[in-house]
Amino acid sequence: MDFYRSHVLVCGGTGCTSSGSETLIDTFNEEIKKHELEHEVKIVKTGCFGLCEVGPIVIVYPEGAFYAHIKKENVATIVEEHLLKGRIVDNLLYEDAKDDDRVRSLDEVDFYKKQKRVALRNCGVIDPENIVEYIGYDGYKALGKVLTTMSREDVIDEIKKSGLRGRGGGGFPTGIKWGFAYKATGDEKYVVCNADEGDPGAFMDRSVLEGDPHSVLEAMAIAGYAIGARQGYIYVRAEYPIAVKRLEIAIEQARKYELLGDDIFGTGFSFDVEIRLGAGAFVCGEETALLNSIEGKRGMPRPRPPFPANEGLWGKPTLLNNVETYANIVPIILNGSDWFSSIGTEKSKGTKVFALGGKINNTGLVEIPMGTTLKEIIYEIGGGIPNEKAFKAVQTGGPSGGCIPAKNLDTPIDYDNLIALGSMMGSGGMIVMDEDNCMVDIARFFLDFTVDESCGKCPPCRIGTKRMLQILDKITSGKGELEDINRLEELAKNIKESALCGLGQTAPNPVLSTLRHFKNEYIAHVVDKTCPAGVCKELLAYHIDENLCKKCGICAKKCPADCIDGVKGKEVFKIDRDKCVKCGACMEACPFNAISKK
Amino acid sequence: MKSLDELAKIRKEAKNKIDIRDSKGKVRIVVGMATCGISAGARPVLLTLINEVNKRGLKDVVVSQTGCIGVCRLEPIVEVYKSGENKVTYVEMTPEKAKKIILEHIVNGNVIDEYTIGAVQ
Ligand SMILES: Cc1cc2nc3c(=O)[nH]c(=O)nc-3n(C[C@H](O)[C@H](O)[C@H](O)COP(=O)(O)O)c2cc1C
Ligand code: SF4
Ligand code: SF4
Ligand code: SF4
Ligand code: FES
Ligand code: FES
Repeated sequence: MDFYRSHVLVCGGTGCTSSGSETLIDTFNEEIKKHELEHEVKIVKTGCFGLCEVGPIVIVYPEGAFYAHIKKENVATIVEEHLLKGRIVDNLLYEDAKDDDRVRSLDEVDFYKKQKRVALRNCGVIDPENIVEYIGYDGYKALGKVLTTMSREDVIDEIKKSGLRGRGGGGFPTGIKWGFAYKATGDEKYVVCNADEGDPGAFMDRSVLEGDPHSVLEAMAIAGYAIGARQGYIYVRAEYPIAVKRLEIAIEQARKYELLGDDIFGTGFSFDVEIRLGAGAFVCGEETALLNSIEGKRGMPRPRPPFPANEGLWGKPTLLNNVETYANIVPIILNGSDWFSSIGTEKSKGTKVFALGGKINNTGLVEIPMGTTLKEIIYEIGGGIPNEKAFKAVQTGGPSGGCIPAKNLDTPIDYDNLIALGSMMGSGGMIVMDEDNCMVDIARFFLDFTVDESCGKCPPCRIGTKRMLQILDKITSGKGELEDINRLEELAKNIKESALCGLGQTAPNPVLSTLRHFKNEYIAHVVDKTCPAGVCKELLAYHIDENLCKKCGICAKKCPADCIDGVKGKEVFKIDRDKCVKCGACMEACPFNAISKK
Repeated sequence: MKSLDELAKIRKEAKNKIDIRDSKGKVRIVVGMATCGISAGARPVLLTLINEVNKRGLKDVVVSQTGCIGVCRLEPIVEVYKSGENKVTYVEMTPEKAKKIILEHIVNGNVIDEYTIGAVQ
């Protein structure tokens, strides 16, 4: 019997794999064999479900029971109770972060209620290593439709009308880009998928490749047909081994089913895809650098124009899109541009995937319709800030973006609104910060990243960002002057205007946006020589509150610098600031929370 | 792949197999599979139901199992949930009765009264 009464979906995304989902699968197989259920129950390894925070995740259908934090020891229980006797194992079910009711199925989880899954439609639903499952969810139907019923112009028109914009950062209208590549003349053209994903904190492209690799292959073939190319390349970073492996399997299976290769669907159209591995340099995500890297040259940007659509790989017209952009193509072809453009806002259509991280209860991947507010994402989907701390800002767009303060939380998310706030969509990293984050330190963190990743080709970026970093170092170590703030701002503006590529042009954004919304924190650092959030070490002073100190002496014992004095039971303890090395040991040790840093 | 028909054929077969991962808006047939249910013969009933649903290609039907329903003496018990209708509880099931339920109740829409809990009690 090849029809299974029950499917056990085990997340095989990177997050869950690193917390042990591979051994779970083995154990499930053993247990199922032991109970002779192997012809009734099917184990499916999927891509990321999104809620990596509570992984490893196991979902059992048809009940849709959502099990979280599953350990090897729990497997026997699930098999014996749920699969054999039909009793859902309540104490292993996912507990919604907000209330204590155990949630029985995916549809009931707050995390998923406001989401709309278009790009991630198959992630966590299908077995990414099985092309038949992809076909079962209408896979390769769009390619068939395009090849047999649509002209190349029809396809490009449909994408144009959908309003889809690039998800790799810039937000350039995808259909228009396809139109340029279509119009470019050349006997040979290429389709490239940018899967470099260098933004710190972002992992949506990795999840698509791990959970639904065929959706990208199918979309690339559609793009190949539309612009007249027969070869595609996926540029993916070598640090994504699971994604690379699943892509390899997918390409091989697609070739076997003749969905890649010669004469697809007997229409005479031929298309194939190869993988190119990148070494994981942020600048290689920039399109011209990426093309150089595929050609085997150093991954350095070059001036544009000429744009890749006219002169790309080996000087030939080349269409380059991001993974998530491609993941939206098939649904547009199948459901029509009207359906797609009915989702989202006036100028930003469809959905966007964000990697939610930082000070937030539900970290993970979320896909929301454009126009959802930041507040909805953070509080309703993300479950709010842990430990009852106050929200301070949300950082979007990674090193190219900026921080958005609390007063703008009601802003509907789209390309233009984020830019108006001094940030940007970027590839979709979203890092939440609370009262314990220092905004000057955050700006320093991103600039530090940029300085490391700058390719060094042009002086504004090579020298300018380094200079900015030095000033920020000076400020965070308490040696800053008021004049430094102006210098920073001036440098930032100059670099933005004169850098050669997007990396340098956007590098000052984290500084500019924190200056715009949190100037008071900069001023506190240079004028008052304090760090209001208590982060910048050199500006901190540990302090014992006389009213809270119970004179127990524990802190003095812990202090490695021997700088806490007092008489046990009789006298409030005191810290000698000059000798204190700011290690924080006393604060951690005090059972009465009498020690604070300011 | 040489034709769209070939793709459609694979899709149809695959859909049938993965259908149970989407249980929205479907008829649910639930079999009591606690200890006493199993010892009274619930497993063959469950397997028959699954077989019949599969054989007939019934797309909008899922068969699932549950634990103790509470009336051990009438096991095996099968419950049918259709949206907008009252739950129907069938008792003292056998594989033969299960086949009839699929045909009469699920396909033709007629509840088999003499198998229901009301008729027995
Ligand atoms: C420094 C830098 C890094 C970039 N990194 C990526 C990346 O990792 N992935 C990506 O898709 N686009 C990245 N981009 C944007 C690409 O250059 C390009 O605009 C994009 O891949 C086009 O695809 P789209 O139109 O589908 O967004 C980066 C740009 C810059 C300037
Ligand atoms: S802006 Fe920076 S990364 Fe871009 S070319 Fe210039 S030095 Fe290289
Ligand atoms: S550990 Fe806390 S309560 Fe005890 S002496 Fe030190 S500051 Fe006072
Ligand atoms: S921070 Fe470290 S060095 Fe300073 S008083 Fe506390 S324990 Fe001693
Ligand atoms: S990796 Fe398992 S839920 Fe994300
Ligand atoms: S165990 Fe069968 S009804 Fe209770």
